[in-house]
Amino acid sequence: MTHKKNKRVVVAMSGGVDSSVAAALLVEQGYEVIGMMMRLWSEPGIGSQAPVNRCCTPDQMADARRIADLLDIPFYVVDTQKYFRRTIVQFFIDEHALGRTPNPCIECNRQIRFNWLLNQALALEADFLATGHYARVHHTETGYQLLKGVDEDKDQSYVLHMLTQEQLAHVLFPVGEYTKSAVRELAVRFGLPVASKQESQDLCFLGDGDYRRFLRQYSPEASRPGPILDLNGQELGQHEGLAFYTIGQRKGLGIAVNEPVYVLRKDVQRNALIVGPRTALGQRTLYARDVNWIAGNPPEASIRAAVKIRYKARPMLATITVTGNGRIRADFDQPVYGITPGQAAVFYNNDICLGGGIITNPQPDSTNTSNNARSTQTP
Amino acid sequence: MERKRIYLDHGASTPVHPEVVAAMAPYWNEIYGNSSSVHEYGRLAQRALENARQTIADLLHAQPKEIVFTGCGSESDNLALRGVMMAARVSGRGNHLITSAIEHSAVLKTAEQLRDLYGFDLTVLPVDEYGQVQLSDLKTAVRPDTVLISIMAANNEIGTLQPIEEIGRFARAHNILFHTDAIQAIATRTWNMHDLPIDLLSIAPHKFYGPKGIGILYVRQGINLIPTLTGGSHEEGRRAGTANVPLAVGSAKALQLAMAELTTRNQHYQQLRDHLITGILNSFPADCQLTGHPVERLPHNASFAFRHVNGNDLLMHLDMAGIAASSGSACKVGDPKPSAVLEAIGLGPEWTKGGLRLTVGTQNTREEIDYTIHTLQRIIPKLQALETTTA
Repeated sequence: MTHKKNKRVVVAMSGGVDSSVAAALLVEQGYEVIGMMMRLWSEPGIGSQAPVNRCCTPDQMADARRIADLLDIPFYVVDTQKYFRRTIVQFFIDEHALGRTPNPCIECNRQIRFNWLLNQALALEADFLATGHYARVHHTETGYQLLKGVDEDKDQSYVLHMLTQEQLAHVLFPVGEYTKSAVRELAVRFGLPVASKQESQDLCFLGDGDYRRFLRQYSPEASRPGPILDLNGQELGQHEGLAFYTIGQRKGLGIAVNEPVYVLRKDVQRNALIVGPRTALGQRTLYARDVNWIAGNPPEASIRAAVKIRYKARPMLATITVTGNGRIRADFDQPVYGITPGQAAVFYNNDICLGGGIITNPQPDSTNTSNNARSTQTP
Repeated sequence: MERKRIYLDHGASTPVHPEVVAAMAPYWNEIYGNSSSVHEYGRLAQRALENARQTIADLLHAQPKEIVFTGCGSESDNLALRGVMMAARVSGRGNHLITSAIEHSAVLKTAEQLRDLYGFDLTVLPVDEYGQVQLSDLKTAVRPDTVLISIMAANNEIGTLQPIEEIGRFARAHNILFHTDAIQAIATRTWNMHDLPIDLLSIAPHKFYGPKGIGILYVRQGINLIPTLTGGSHEEGRRAGTANVPLAVGSAKALQLAMAELTTRNQHYQQLRDHLITGILNSFPADCQLTGHPVERLPHNASFAFRHVNGNDLLMHLDMAGIAASSGSACKVGDPKPSAVLEAIGLGPEWTKGGLRLTVGTQNTREEIDYTIHTLQRIIPKLQALETTTA
């Protein structure tokens, strides 16, 4: 593979084992590798120290810098604080205010990693941006495919479903070809002092990890108390704020009823939490907006696919119908529990990730699709 | 791998001159005694130390007793400010010190600590658009209890020279001590400390092809300093700690070379500097400005501000092109702040993150400068595009 000698790769490093091994593999494969870490926004004023995003603490930076030095590659920390605050953190606040349950990691991949950082890499005359994600990119005659990581347990294709052909042409996932345990062994073989580090953090920008407190402070409208209603509209109690509940939640509702009730949906207009029996939680139809088809175009007819409704959910068989304007409808073979607006629905054909979109249930058309945060810029 | 590497960061540090390396060589494992020891080993070390002191004193037209060796330039600044102010407190002579907004943090942070933790009064003087302190501002700031004025000889970021002789004469007329941080300026001019109205002067040999790990503080005879590093009676009780003989010898050699080659070095620097300034300003007529004084500036310093450019990213792109530079706003942990110096000279927010300092040295060539100008022409528009799409 001598051609790699002339290829430059920016690898997004976190100081953790996955991105460190990714960098080491690329060096071994003969790429010209540049280590880069993003300084992300963190909530100020929590704790006595300067705000530190939990994805890029001084310790993690020092680790990443040390690993880059071991690999004899340059390492830079780039400032993404303002842009991250304006996009991802605002998106998190806004989505909760709209009664949805957002996945900020997906949004971060969409707007920060594979847009902002990819553009940084391309400006630095890199051919590729590499990350430590467990997923694979295959180049076929008809274009690029996104595949699950070899390690099914660690597969992260769910949070990468928004990648376009243009992006996939410039993206490498070196550890996607390995299992997590193989990656740990590689870390040992490369002499990287990272084998037992913790994984990166969800909601990395929260000063104290408490998203409820954060939303009370930054999104008062999402934390307004209101009624808990049953399916007949009868009030069963009070909720503390719609943002603090998730679809399918049973415990912690603070109401006394004869049979167990579950959170079914959030009625933002009435600021009401709608609850009901488990049977009412099952849904056979899922609607999604802003659907990305990794192949570049939606399928011409309905397709059969396995659909994941959360990062850790089991894929469920469904028939997917393109309804136009970036939307789809998925009809499941069996009822699916806990379909949550704001989360992503991601479609698979075996190992191939076909694409995905943002769930709008129970309506086919959610209130607004033109989220200002959704202006993905192709590099 | 053959990659172009161009070092344009001599304001940060310089390579040690081969003659300096040679001069230091015997003092690692041949003449290694402690200069305080009474035996022959000690005497030989002491001879080397005092010869170095004498050489430095001669080059500065000072007395050997006026030369104090410290651990670095920052320590020299610390000793000057803290030593003078604490001595003033002990003798009840005054409580006020004056410095400028664009001092190196070794001076500013020390002054702020003296104010915040020790109750001294501090006046921080503004500077004009070129970064120069106005004598009129100084006159207004002076009080009957002013003990010390500390104004740098040349700014480390934008290279502006301060009117230190005027300031020194003014200080002397008011019976106020005058310290100048000459760390950037020392090897770019001659110093006659006998005649100059300067009472304390900070020096860092690694800025002029000498070693790191040593600093020098000139202290005019008769000035009492409270030591900041207490212990043995080294350096006439002004700085405790075993004398660093090899580095003192290296410092003397480096200063000797600097003064012997002063004219040729300065001519070389100025040619390259002016080529940089002309080439870069012509490349970006609207989006770049020279920072600092156009004439009264260090001969080896070319500093700029670029509109809508992030200095961190600029340094990264230059590094990838093999060019080593620095920026007043850059930060290794990705949290760049607007440059305080660029703010102090009145630049707006679209400029203050885009500082670039290029400091040339004896080994730079005109071809390297040409390459640097071409590289900037290539990367600045890309950086502006990145910055404006995500600002």
